[in-house]
Amino acid sequence: MRAGSRWGQALVLVGPALILLLAVYLYPLARLLFLSFTGGVDGALGFGAYTRFLESSVYVSVLLRTLRISLVVTAVCLVLAYPVSYVLSHAGSLTLRIVMVFVLLPLWTSILVRTYAWMVLLQNNGLLNQLLRRLHVIDAPLRLMYSELGVVIGMAQVLLPFAILPVFASLRNIDPRLPAAARVMGAGPWRRFRSVTLPLSLPGVAAAGLLVFVQALGFFIIPALLGGSRVITLAMVIESQVVDLLDWSLASSMAMILLLVTVLLVVGFDRLLGLDKVWV
Amino acid sequence: MRRSLVSLVGVSKAYGRTVAVNNVSLEVGEGEFVTLLGPSGSGKTTTLMLIAGFEQPTGGEILMRGESVVGRPPEKRDIGMVFQSYALFPHMTVFDNLAFPLKARRAPNPTIAKRVEEALASVRMPGLGARYPRQLSGGQQQRVALARALVYRPSLLLMDEPLGALDKKLREEMQGEIKILQRELGITTLYVTHDQQEALALSDRIAIMNGGDVVQVGSPLALYERPATDFVAGFLGDVNLVEGVVADTGGSLARVQVIDGPEVTLDEVPSSAGKRVRLTIRPERLEISATPPAGANAWPGRVRELVFHGELVRYEVEVPSKLVLKVTRPFRGRDALLAVGQEIWLASRPGDWRLFA
Repeated sequence: MRAGSRWGQALVLVGPALILLLAVYLYPLARLLFLSFTGGVDGALGFGAYTRFLESSVYVSVLLRTLRISLVVTAVCLVLAYPVSYVLSHAGSLTLRIVMVFVLLPLWTSILVRTYAWMVLLQNNGLLNQLLRRLHVIDAPLRLMYSELGVVIGMAQVLLPFAILPVFASLRNIDPRLPAAARVMGAGPWRRFRSVTLPLSLPGVAAAGLLVFVQALGFFIIPALLGGSRVITLAMVIESQVVDLLDWSLASSMAMILLLVTVLLVVGFDRLLGLDKVWV
Repeated sequence: MRRSLVSLVGVSKAYGRTVAVNNVSLEVGEGEFVTLLGPSGSGKTTTLMLIAGFEQPTGGEILMRGESVVGRPPEKRDIGMVFQSYALFPHMTVFDNLAFPLKARRAPNPTIAKRVEEALASVRMPGLGARYPRQLSGGQQQRVALARALVYRPSLLLMDEPLGALDKKLREEMQGEIKILQRELGITTLYVTHDQQEALALSDRIAIMNGGDVVQVGSPLALYERPATDFVAGFLGDVNLVEGVVADTGGSLARVQVIDGPEVTLDEVPSSAGKRVRLTIRPERLEISATPPAGANAWPGRVRELVFHGELVRYEVEVPSKLVLKVTRPFRGRDALLAVGQEIWLASRPGDWRLFA
């Protein structure tokens, strides 16, 4: 086949998605990038918005909180996901299918519904506090709503499937003869895991971490509903800049800073492990 | 017979109703090289996995040095194993791959360094410890896998089609090296292959497996010369298999009338006349001559087909009435080649025919 017609064919196939991306994603993004540099006096071009952001201790602390929550959520997801993925990777096909449905079920449920469900569970006299009090684990109710803990719990639940799937895929891809070889060479279960299975699954763990962290950075609904005014994240500040204060320039600069963090992470991952590993 | 290191006593392995290994008994002596040879699905790899401890027998006993090892996990069996895919750890250097079993045995670091170097030298790969497996050729990976299985001096070496992934020339080269290394170290080896050439070249003894059964055990020479069944005859080397009816059992020689073929005189005497039997003869035992040969089993024939294989030539020769026999001859130059259609004579000695009831 001629090279020209092959390119033509590819363009026809990719074209619709490309046009959609250009229209609804790249154009607004370029617009935001432009807006973020219009923060000077009377809308003059410059780094005004960025300076205002970085000079404000409130905004910087919001950025740091956002990064911290994302990091904790990522850690929680990885710790919870690894054992589940490990069991899944050794499961028979029936168990695998059943557990997979439960892993994916949250993804098919509206995030708003789930967040309200968490509110019911996490309130001061919600189910969780009642249960803990009945079991005499605590005397006074734990502050779960409107706290970072509650936000972390809610976000971790939503993002868990994104951690399980890549880790599961990388565990599943390990040649079963490798642990078998380790075994016949005298390695017990712990050594087999530590020296063979775990290191071979690390690319999947890194991919899972990247997926969860990047998504957590931009989370809005969960921190807004479960954290409220006590746990303000960057996404919430951006929203209030746009909706309440109509400061598009500052909002854009904040969005750009989030984007920059994401891009740096993705580039770093690609340099270290290769982006193709994200989807194994 | 040498002191027995591994004994299988009536070992069976069934998966539900499927019997993978059926009542297998086999002794492997200290220092011996025994090969399990059979077509795929014959149960040879399952037998190996039973000995390694990855599978548990559903019947029978597996003994090592007279002690039952059934239920003992693989990591406690003191076995070295080479897998078909080598199963080298891709995230470890060659050195760390070889150090792995030594670390599992908590050997001190200086010992590890020394042993690993020795093992690499023994497979002629000194100084390559810093490489990763993916940086090595298939043959080199094979050597590393072998070195890794030997570095901790296990009492038994298991090899599961270890040369299956290599090309023919490299395979033959590695066969030689495995044999030399095995002899030098005196390590008891159980080898699994479906390649009869490999089994013949390497083994002290071969156990031929088919459909979960061990059909016959013996030295390569014994199996080749005295196969117990026509399956063994056909699986180990090339063979002409013909059917016939016993014509006469008088005296020390018997005569069998081959269906659509000539009468064969052989010195294995069957039970009764009129019985239907199968006969085999190796292609290299049929002699070709230009003039009528003396003795029994001298038949006129015509060359139907000729295939040139380099060091040898395979002919298909038709003898009356319409039996086609494979005949191989060493290649002795262009002038000695027969032509298709050429009329020749075939001869064979009665002692070269095998009879199977």
